[in-house]
Amino acid sequence: MRISHSHLRRPSKSAWLLIGTGLLCVLLLLVLPLILIVVSAFSSGWKLFVSNLLDADMLAAIRLTLWVALLTVPVNLVFGTLTAWCVTRFEFFGKKLLLALVDTPYAISPVVAGLCYLLLYGNQGWLGSWLDAHGIQVMFAWPGIVLVTIFVTSPYVARELIPLMQVQGSQEEEVAVLLGAGGWTLFRRITLPNIQWALIYGTVLTTARAVGEFGSVAVVSGSIRGQTNTLALQVQLLQQDYNAVGAFTASLLLACIALLTLFLKVLLEYRQRKALKV
Amino acid sequence: MNGSHSVLPGFRLSLGLGVLYLSLIVLLPATTLVLQASQIRWSELVFYFTDPRLLAAIRVTFLAAICASLSNAVLGLLLAWIISRYEFPGRRFVDTLIDLPFALPTAVAGLTLSALFAKNGWIGQWLAPLGFEVSYSFVGIVLAMTFTSLPFVVRTLQPVIEDLAPEYEEAAECLGATRWQIFYRIILPPLMPALSIGSALALVRSLGEFGAVIFIAGNKPFETEVVSLMIFTYIGEYAYEAASAVAFFLLLTSLLILLIVQLLQRRYRARGAA
Repeated sequence: MRISHSHLRRPSKSAWLLIGTGLLCVLLLLVLPLILIVVSAFSSGWKLFVSNLLDADMLAAIRLTLWVALLTVPVNLVFGTLTAWCVTRFEFFGKKLLLALVDTPYAISPVVAGLCYLLLYGNQGWLGSWLDAHGIQVMFAWPGIVLVTIFVTSPYVARELIPLMQVQGSQEEEVAVLLGAGGWTLFRRITLPNIQWALIYGTVLTTARAVGEFGSVAVVSGSIRGQTNTLALQVQLLQQDYNAVGAFTASLLLACIALLTLFLKVLLEYRQRKALKV
Repeated sequence: MNGSHSVLPGFRLSLGLGVLYLSLIVLLPATTLVLQASQIRWSELVFYFTDPRLLAAIRVTFLAAICASLSNAVLGLLLAWIISRYEFPGRRFVDTLIDLPFALPTAVAGLTLSALFAKNGWIGQWLAPLGFEVSYSFVGIVLAMTFTSLPFVVRTLQPVIEDLAPEYEEAAECLGATRWQIFYRIILPPLMPALSIGSALALVRSLGEFGAVIFIAGNKPFETEVVSLMIFTYIGEYAYEAASAVAFFLLLTSLLILLIVQLLQRRYRARGAA
């Protein structure tokens, strides 16, 4: 989360040329696609839009997507906060390594991430064959989708919190401990109010990515219609079926979540700025 | 200093659970890939990496990713500059919308861009008579990669531009410098670290991009196939060994680029402190 504002200037005549070029690029690359999604989803009228939306496979995809997000977000919220607390409040051997591990999912292509999980949990993998023997199927079922989604979204909460908690320092918390506050009281009364907006934004980012993850989920889901198809996979499936309107209907749902994310970001940055000024 | 000497509570708990979580979620699966890749015999490795179809995919991916990072460096510099320097109507709106490529699922981005730039699409229909095909071609891959990694350059540059004092540019102008001289001599040098770091991050992201690319690329073997799609195809054929070999190669390349970024960052910081 960026918190700064500085010398903005009134543009000169030649600066307007730059601004014009920039605005044109934004219009073509960012605004026009959004308009296209809405127009295409409704291109055959309301009725088809609604029937696409209420299609059994689409509803199953929406349910699965929500279920995956519901399981992913709390896990990354709790463990991301713990990791951020650990690396910003203590000095210890191997801290750099831990931080590198936090960032690793950023460097891994989604397809490679899916492959890693497939090798581990697939029925040829060493963990997978054991699970298979006990009748637990992880790959090509929802647990596999949840696992890769946790992997892909694991940096977001920690990465939002770490810079903020580094800037804030630990003085307030140390004072609270010296005044006799216990661990839970300390977290609830001192740490949480300081980081709440960044924490919420980290959660928003995690949710957005969890809902829209495509590459890694495509590898581990098996794309069984109505069963292991998430909303992002449904977009591809419908496009392959030459059902463009349906594909854009699913896209519209996902785009709405993306726009909501952007709106919440602006709101939460504003709150964070206000909280820091007080 | 050791963590346990701090007055703050929760060192053991947070370290223990943090390490456990990262080991299970990140380290274990990544290690599995490395182990799997290390078991492949040399002769097989040579066999995989002399496949002309894979070599073509590697060439296409790297070329497209480099093109995308370069166009992002230019476009990102322009956008970051106007957002952090000038007051104009819609500035806040543009600033917010820059993050759209991160928020929008890649599949949606790919589907929408391919429709937009197809021969009968809103933008494609104007380019087609000029003999310029975007969707289902190499240019489409570059476009998709540029879109998905657009925020990296802008977001790394913004804080640096905000810290850049306009007085230097004004002084240079008073001393009779041309616009180009001001840009090249005064503005660009302090921005270079952030610009190169942002472009490198965009490059890593582009090398591994899958969702957005496969919708727009057309995926013709030898022409418009990318490495991540090759891995996906291998997985579909249960050729896990070949998939692991290529995935390991992609992973190593990404980590190498990130390592260079880290070293660059350290060098720039050392120079800034001196």
